[in-house]
Amino acid sequence: MILCDKIFADFNFSEQCRKYHISLWRCPSFLFLVMGILTMVSMIGTHILAIRYDNPFIAVLSVSLVAIIIFTIGNIIIHAVESVNSASHMKTEFISIASHQLRAPLASILWSLNILEKKGGNASIRKKYIELLQENNQRMIKLVNTLLDVSRIEQGILDFHPMVVNLEKIVRRTIKELAPLAIASNIKINFTVLNNIPNLFVDENKIQIVIQNLINNAIKYTKGKGAVKITLRNYEDKIIFSVTDNGIGIPEYQQKKVFSKFFRSDNVMKHQTEGSGLGLYISKAIVEANSGKIYFESIQGEETTFWVELPKTQQRAGRL
Amino acid sequence: MVKKRKILIVEDEATLQKAMQDLLTGENYKVLSALDGETGFNLAVKEKPDLILLDLILPKKDGFETLTDLKQNKQTKNIPVIVLTNLEGTTDIQKVLDLGVAAYLVKINYSLDDILEKIKEILK
Repeated sequence: MILCDKIFADFNFSEQCRKYHISLWRCPSFLFLVMGILTMVSMIGTHILAIRYDNPFIAVLSVSLVAIIIFTIGNIIIHAVESVNSASHMKTEFISIASHQLRAPLASILWSLNILEKKGGNASIRKKYIELLQENNQRMIKLVNTLLDVSRIEQGILDFHPMVVNLEKIVRRTIKELAPLAIASNIKINFTVLNNIPNLFVDENKIQIVIQNLINNAIKYTKGKGAVKITLRNYEDKIIFSVTDNGIGIPEYQQKKVFSKFFRSDNVMKHQTEGSGLGLYISKAIVEANSGKIYFESIQGEETTFWVELPKTQQRAGRL
Repeated sequence: MVKKRKILIVEDEATLQKAMQDLLTGENYKVLSALDGETGFNLAVKEKPDLILLDLILPKKDGFETLTDLKQNKQTKNIPVIVLTNLEGTTDIQKVLDLGVAAYLVKINYSLDDILEKIKEILK
C-alpha cells in the first residue's frame, strides 16, 4: 500500500506543480511522461509504417518528425525545470528577505523592552519607549500585511471589491494624509485636475494603496527642497493619474526591475534603507487587476514620472 | 577624575540608536551617534572613540565600506569595532571578519545586557 501511495504521489503532477503555480503543460514531470508515451507510440508507429510502406523515405521522414517533436518537448521541459527551480528559489528568497525585514522592528521591540526593564520607573523614559514599542509594532503589522498581500497576489487570490468611486476624492484624501510627511520633507505638492473626472468602478481601498505608494515614493525619494506634481486627467476612454518628482530618479540599468518584488534601486539604498521594496510590485498587481496600466519614465538625478491608466469602460457599462 | 570612555554608535534605526544611547549613557560612557556610514566615518576620524558599534545596512555609505575605510585610515584602524547587524549570512560574516572586527553580533539574538557585557569585555 505504501508503495502504491508513493507511486500515486509520484504521478500526482497537478499537486507537484500547483505549489509553484505552474500549469500542467509546463510541469516537467508531466512533460517527461508525455515524452515517454510519445516516444513509445512513435516507435510503434514508425515500425508499422516501415512494414506497410516499402519506401525507406517514409520511415526516415516519420523518425525525423518524431525526433523534432521530442526535441521540442525536451526544450519545453528544460524551460519548465528552470521555472520550477526559479519559483523554488524565489520562495526561499522571499522567506529570507521577509524574515530579515521583520528583524529590524523585532530588534527594536526587544531592546525597548530591555530599557523598560532597567529604567521603566522613570516616567518620561517609560512614555518614550512605550511610544517606540507601539510604533515598531505597527511597523511589523504593516509589513506582515504587505507580505500577505504579496502572497495572495502570487496565488491569484487577492480580494477585490469594486464599487463606484470618485478618483479625485481618493487623490485629495491621500494628499491630505501625506501632508505632514511632505511638510517634514520640505516638499511642495501640486495637484491639478484636467477635465471633469467621471466615477469609476474599481476597488477603492486597493486603488488608494496604489496612489499612496506613488505619492509616498515621490516624497521619500526627493532630497532637500523639491516639488511633487500630481495630475488627474480624463482622456479618451481612460482616466490617467500621474505623479512627477524631481528626486533621485532610477538608474537606467535597473529600470527593468522596478516592478519586481523587493526591488530597491542602488541609489535609493544610498539614501534610505527603510522600505520593503514591495510597494510597486503590489501597485502593478492592483492596477492590472482593475484592467489598468502602470508605467514610468525616469532620469537619474533629475526626474521620475509614474502614470496609472484606468479604463472608463465599467463606468460606461452603466454601473452608476 | 576618571575620563569617560567614548563610544560611537553608527546605526540608522532610530529606536535602536536611542536604546543604545540610553543604555550606554546610564553606564557612564560618552556616546557619539551617526545615522549613516559617511557621518560615522567622519566622526570616528575626528573624535577617535574608544569603541565603535557599527550597523551594516546604512544609507550613504554601508557598514562594509565604512569598516574598510576605518581599517585603512591610520587614525582609526586600531579602534575596536563591534558589528551589530541583522545580517547573518556566512558570506557577510566572513567578509566582516576578514576586515578585522572585535565581534559580529546579530541584534535579534542579543539583549542590551549581552551587548553591554561584550563592550566591557573589549574595553577592559
